Amino acid sequence: MKNLLTIDSVSKNFGSFTALNNVSINIPEGCIYGLLGPNGAGKTTLIRIINQISLPDTGKVFFNDQELNASHIRQIGYLPEERGLYPKMKIGEQAIYLAQLKGMDRKTARIELKKWFEKFEISDWWNKKVTELSKGMAQKVQFIVTVLHKPKLLIFDEPFSGFDPINANLIKDEILKLNKEGATVIFSTHRMESVEELCENIALINNSNKILDGNLDKIKKDFKTNTFEVAVNSPNAKNLESKLKSEYETFAPTFRTIGDNLKMNIRLASSQNSEKLISLLNSNSQLIHFKEVIPNVNEIFINSVQND
Amino acid sequence: MEKFLIITSREYLNKITNKTFILSTLFTPLILVGLIFLIGWFASVNNDQVSNVSVVDNSGYIFDKLESTESIRYVQLEDFDLEEAKLISKTKSDFGLLFIENSESPKEIAETITFYSEDAPSLTVIGNIENQLENILTNKNYKINDIDINKINSNKVYVSLYQETFQGKKTTKADSFVGLLFGMFLAFLLYMLIFAYGGMIMASVIEEKSSRIIEVIVSSVKPFYLISGKIVGTSLAGITQFIVWGVLFYGFSFFISTTFGITSSYDNNEFMLAAESSAISDASLNMLSSFFNLPLANILIAFIFYFIGGYFLFSSMFAAIGAAVDNQTDAQQLLLPITFIVIIALYVGIFTAENPDGIVSVIFSMIPFTSPIVMMMRIPNGVPISEQIISLLILYLTVILIIWIAAKIYRIGILMYGKKPSYKELIKWLKY
Repeated sequence: MKNLLTIDSVSKNFGSFTALNNVSINIPEGCIYGLLGPNGAGKTTLIRIINQISLPDTGKVFFNDQELNASHIRQIGYLPEERGLYPKMKIGEQAIYLAQLKGMDRKTARIELKKWFEKFEISDWWNKKVTELSKGMAQKVQFIVTVLHKPKLLIFDEPFSGFDPINANLIKDEILKLNKEGATVIFSTHRMESVEELCENIALINNSNKILDGNLDKIKKDFKTNTFEVAVNSPNAKNLESKLKSEYETFAPTFRTIGDNLKMNIRLASSQNSEKLISLLNSNSQLIHFKEVIPNVNEIFINSVQND
Repeated sequence: MEKFLIITSREYLNKITNKTFILSTLFTPLILVGLIFLIGWFASVNNDQVSNVSVVDNSGYIFDKLESTESIRYVQLEDFDLEEAKLISKTKSDFGLLFIENSESPKEIAETITFYSEDAPSLTVIGNIENQLENILTNKNYKINDIDINKINSNKVYVSLYQETFQGKKTTKADSFVGLLFGMFLAFLLYMLIFAYGGMIMASVIEEKSSRIIEVIVSSVKPFYLISGKIVGTSLAGITQFIVWGVLFYGFSFFISTTFGITSSYDNNEFMLAAESSAISDASLNMLSSFFNLPLANILIAFIFYFIGGYFLFSSMFAAIGAAVDNQTDAQQLLLPITFIVIIALYVGIFTAENPDGIVSVIFSMIPFTSPIVMMMRIPNGVPISEQIISLLILYLTVILIIWIAAKIYRIGILMYGKKPSYKELIKWLKY
């Protein structure tokens, strides 16, 4: 797949502090990309470099195979984590202003804005000032301003913070819709469940270094340990248990079931396969639960950061 | 460039539609004009009051020659001794009592004349009394010694130097005075403009930073365009404000002086100046011609160039400071050096007023941070064009340097939150 954004060996220092150390990331066109990392890892610095707010010390960034330049600004929409609006300016006017700065003309901006305002049912806010709105309301306006100029690349830094679940869902649906229409999306977030739900690809940054990147399914495959959750209802549970323990590496169960009398986690060695395990479990007993343990993003995140 | 215009027009429109801005634009001249007329009114009320001065004249010839003026009326108290006279004067609530002892010699009289009053009298009253007594007693002395007063008067020579510059331009004492006054006015105007609008720019930078909209904006435009749009937009708003003020000020003055017939205190100033010259109309005429004797074209051009240079110099510093801090309170400390610079410039301005071509004034009219103020005070009295060009060159080169530094601090500062940076940290930012 073609890469929309290629970050090539980018480093950035602030005085003696290294914010990014030789980071390379490829972001395929049309995907939803999760940019993960603990606080202070360098995510915001990287996002600012993509937005041309700051320049890398070394390394290059390519947008659509072109080296990043001022003409790309209008193809990027950025919703920063620290966001705000002019407190004393009317909502409509300021949305038009921000759209103009992205290169839209006044007329188109107004037409597009009206559409979005209607969609979000906030048309009567047009002449209000930010100080009259709640935080969640202002966030809606900011979201609209970010996506209004139909950018090819959307960058969201913690997009759901400050939204109630209903509005967070509304925003999530809009992001998915924009993605379906062709926009590439970069997510920077701590909320692993939304990464799990939305992202096809991720990169993990820790201590200024990229420690992991690629397709999320592939990463999960790499991280899985061949461990299975098993639960059976057996007339001879004790026997089965000792047999399993002698043949396999077993652990205490990490799941919930009902109607069983024996459950555990079993890790297969590389010489063992799951068919044999299943037939063993099936003989003389009723198989209640059998599931491969697939690491979630949260576990991958914590594991990688701790091992780094 | 297009974005620069968008930003400039937003900054401009945002300023001039701001309620505080509109109110201050409309009411400042009203208040100012009101104040001027109030002062004028107070002054005229003050002058209308006639002070009675009781005189006990034991010499027999002094009182007859004392001339009452508009503000002082001399009243004779005959044949009273000092204590009685004091009592009478006090009960009449006189302004004061002038007690003259008798003596053969005017000199002795002069030494013993005493003025009694409730409070310390004003210098003008004392001056008037002293002048009159001096004349009367001197003339008496001439008479006693048989000196012909007419002869003395006719032999007196008055000197008023006829002045001309080496270039053949006529100047007068009034010329230097008007030049000085005009220079001070311009320097003050420059200072006010720079600080008022510099402050606005700083406030607007802080607003963008504290409302956290800044990151969205700098992801769309280069910080340099943002800050230059801000500086230019604010200066346009300032110019608008000044034009409105000019029109309103003129309108109000005209309205008030025609409706109420009160003269503003300008006339009082002119009156004071006129005291130096022989007649009032002459003085006004002199002032007017002095004004047109000034190198007006040079002044105007220099004012524009120094205003632009000084404005960009200081407003970029204000912008950098605004970007470095999170709120107005933190800004005060960082503003201190700028305040010092301006105080030094105004202080040197005082030297300049005394001696426009003194070595201190010449040096400070070359130093970029003080040159807009000091040079504007020098130019009305004539400064060689070459000197002005060198000074402007230094100023503009410094402006470029300061804008470069300020832009760096601004670029880093707008995205830095948390603690207030020290100067050391600000310098470190330049290396990022």
